[in-house]
Amino acid sequence: MTPRAVSAADEGLLNCHSCGLLSKNVPNAHDRCPRCGAHLHLRKPDSLARTWALLIAAFLLYIPANILPVMHTASIIYEEDDTIMSGVVYLWTSGSWPLAILVFCASVTVPLAKLIALSVLAWTAQHKSTWRQQERTRLYRLVEFVGRWSMLDIFVVTLMVGLVHFQSLATISAGPGAVAFAAVVVLTMFAAMSFDPRLIWDPEQKQDD
Amino acid sequence: MTDQTHTPAPQDEDIPSAKALPKRRLPSLIWLIPIVAALAGGWIAVHAIMQRGPTITIRFDTAEGIEAGKTKIKYKDVDIGNVTGVVLTEDRQHIKVTAQLAHATDDLLGDKTQFWVVRPRVAGGTVSGLSTLLSGAFIGIDPARKATDKRDFVGLEQAPIVTTRQAGREFVLKAQDMGSIDVGTPLFFRRVQVGEVSAYTLDKDGKGITVKAFVHAPYDQYVTSNTRFWHASGVDVSLDANGLRIETQSLASIAIGGIAFQAPPDQPVAEPAAADTQFTLAADRNSAMKEADRERAPFVLYFRESLRGLSVGAPVDFRGITIGEVKAINFEFSKEKREILMPVTIDLYPDRLRGRMRQDQPIHTPAENVRILNAMVAHGLRAQLRTGNLITGQLYIALDFMPGASKADIDWKQFPPSLPSVAGSLTQLQDTALSIAKKLDALPIESIGKNADQAMRNANKVLDNADQLVSRLKNEVTPEAQTTLKAAQDAINQAKQTLSPDAPVQQNMNDTLQEVSKAAQAFRDLSDYLSRHPDALLRGQKEDAK
Ligand SMILES: [Zn+2]
Repeated sequence: MTPRAVSAADEGLLNCHSCGLLSKNVPNAHDRCPRCGAHLHLRKPDSLARTWALLIAAFLLYIPANILPVMHTASIIYEEDDTIMSGVVYLWTSGSWPLAILVFCASVTVPLAKLIALSVLAWTAQHKSTWRQQERTRLYRLVEFVGRWSMLDIFVVTLMVGLVHFQSLATISAGPGAVAFAAVVVLTMFAAMSFDPRLIWDPEQKQDD
Repeated sequence: MTDQTHTPAPQDEDIPSAKALPKRRLPSLIWLIPIVAALAGGWIAVHAIMQRGPTITIRFDTAEGIEAGKTKIKYKDVDIGNVTGVVLTEDRQHIKVTAQLAHATDDLLGDKTQFWVVRPRVAGGTVSGLSTLLSGAFIGIDPARKATDKRDFVGLEQAPIVTTRQAGREFVLKAQDMGSIDVGTPLFFRRVQVGEVSAYTLDKDGKGITVKAFVHAPYDQYVTSNTRFWHASGVDVSLDANGLRIETQSLASIAIGGIAFQAPPDQPVAEPAAADTQFTLAADRNSAMKEADRERAPFVLYFRESLRGLSVGAPVDFRGITIGEVKAINFEFSKEKREILMPVTIDLYPDRLRGRMRQDQPIHTPAENVRILNAMVAHGLRAQLRTGNLITGQLYIALDFMPGASKADIDWKQFPPSLPSVAGSLTQLQDTALSIAKKLDALPIESIGKNADQAMRNANKVLDNADQLVSRLKNEVTPEAQTTLKAAQDAINQAKQTLSPDAPVQQNMNDTLQEVSKAAQAFRDLSDYLSRHPDALLRGQKEDAK
């Protein structure tokens, strides 16, 4: 068990996000900083609700992101729509196994893992679970860290769209899947941001009290 | 609480209170995001379901070039579907392709819908599916007109030559053999390619081939009820009484064969033939056009001369117009006449004897034909063998009015009736040569020579007498007269010299008569030889191993 900790929330104190001024909490009200007027929150406001909303949106868009083509290639001899999975399959069958694994991880596994991880965090936080708080905190840090790297596919598609544009010979354009995929990535990043990791530790204090 | 020795814990009074604002009790706007996402996702799903067409399965022999997720189904070069799966059938004999078609393609599917794999293919002189070399194979579809709920199809191994979307008509050709016909063999009309062979089957009885030929619109209107079809395969070289003929339709047909069709040029334009009308596929243009002469009148011609150079199929010609052909050449021994006859059976096409201008005239009744022919024979119509081709010695039969022909008529009692014939022009030439030789032969050359000799001897005697007379006179007449007598004697001597057997005149005459005799012999030889080798007139004498 971690050492007994006192949190600002326990003491009814609020810290201003903008100017850092510590102020007293006034219950049942929307508080503002007496110095700069910024909103004051004990915890991130509606953290769990926001996280859930963003997670649900991300889950919903994860499906079209994987089903719809992310890239449309049209050349003089053929026209092709590529989904993330068909791209992975193509890389795998053409022998680029490391790249296939990388793309698969970055585009399929990681976003899904993030969604699941955030769901677990939000679920446990909502039920005020005290289960493996240390690991959950580490998981949150991991999710936040990985977030910025899961844009790989969008990055590749964007690059391709920009580079391959020999009008008459071949054109590559982003498909609707790319939009959904980008939305999933952004939504999970927001979900991770809106989740307040302090919620992981809150139940412990309540328990101790 | 732990003791904070270094930094004192902030006192309550030091910490300002947060400003309170009235609480807003509205659901957080953040929930708009999943709602929008759900709406977007839902719309995409609905859209995808709406755009999803029928799923079909097609059975092929091989999956060569077909790849799940990559291979497209194309109609008029537009993607209308994707292959989603390729599996072996349960019996492991075929493959089953599952394909997802685009929205609103149901009406392309029907009982007669055909699928085939388009791969690069060289057949029938054309290269097709070249683009698939780069893009990979795709599945072509020939939609049926009537939509049904059929969803399982058996694919064709080869692209059909004719698809239902092509306008035109299909005709059935009955052929003796395939020649160089194949699926895709071009059809020519006046050397323009207007269609292709779409299929062929061996007749069940094995006695022929049934060929299906598709003629594209608008050329199908040129296939009329009296149209003839013939093999236009390769180069058709024929050498007959009409001379050397080379026929070909096009360079392509030389390489891959072809079928040509046309209505007989001397017939009026007929109604366009209905689809699937059956035609006979003739071996060549000539035999195709011969079919036109439905009405045939067989006749037999008796010749006494050599028929060498006359072949079955040789034309029967009336002043340059072919009005029939030789059907058979036989050999017959006439007991009553005690001679060998050469009966030649011919087919006359009475249609062709009727004038082009009088096309509308009703066809003659048999009785009328008999009357007309009788009248013509009475006016000297005879059959005669003539040399058609100077190079090959091919003969043809000419029907013509022969001035001064001996009286003859048609023997209608026998079948086929016999038309009177006269000796051929060559035979006539031989006869003339022979008669000249005979006359020359009959010349009493030797007796002429003897008589001339006798005459000369007599003349000699006369001259001798005259000489005596002169010498007598010489002594008895006056010297004046003597000079005259001398001159007379000189003249007599000269005459004697001239008339002597070894005199040049006498010699020349003998030589001439001998030459004539030799010429007569040569003529006899020539006519004899010509009777055996008429072609020698042109080719020259040839050593015949006999
Ligand atoms: Zn402040």
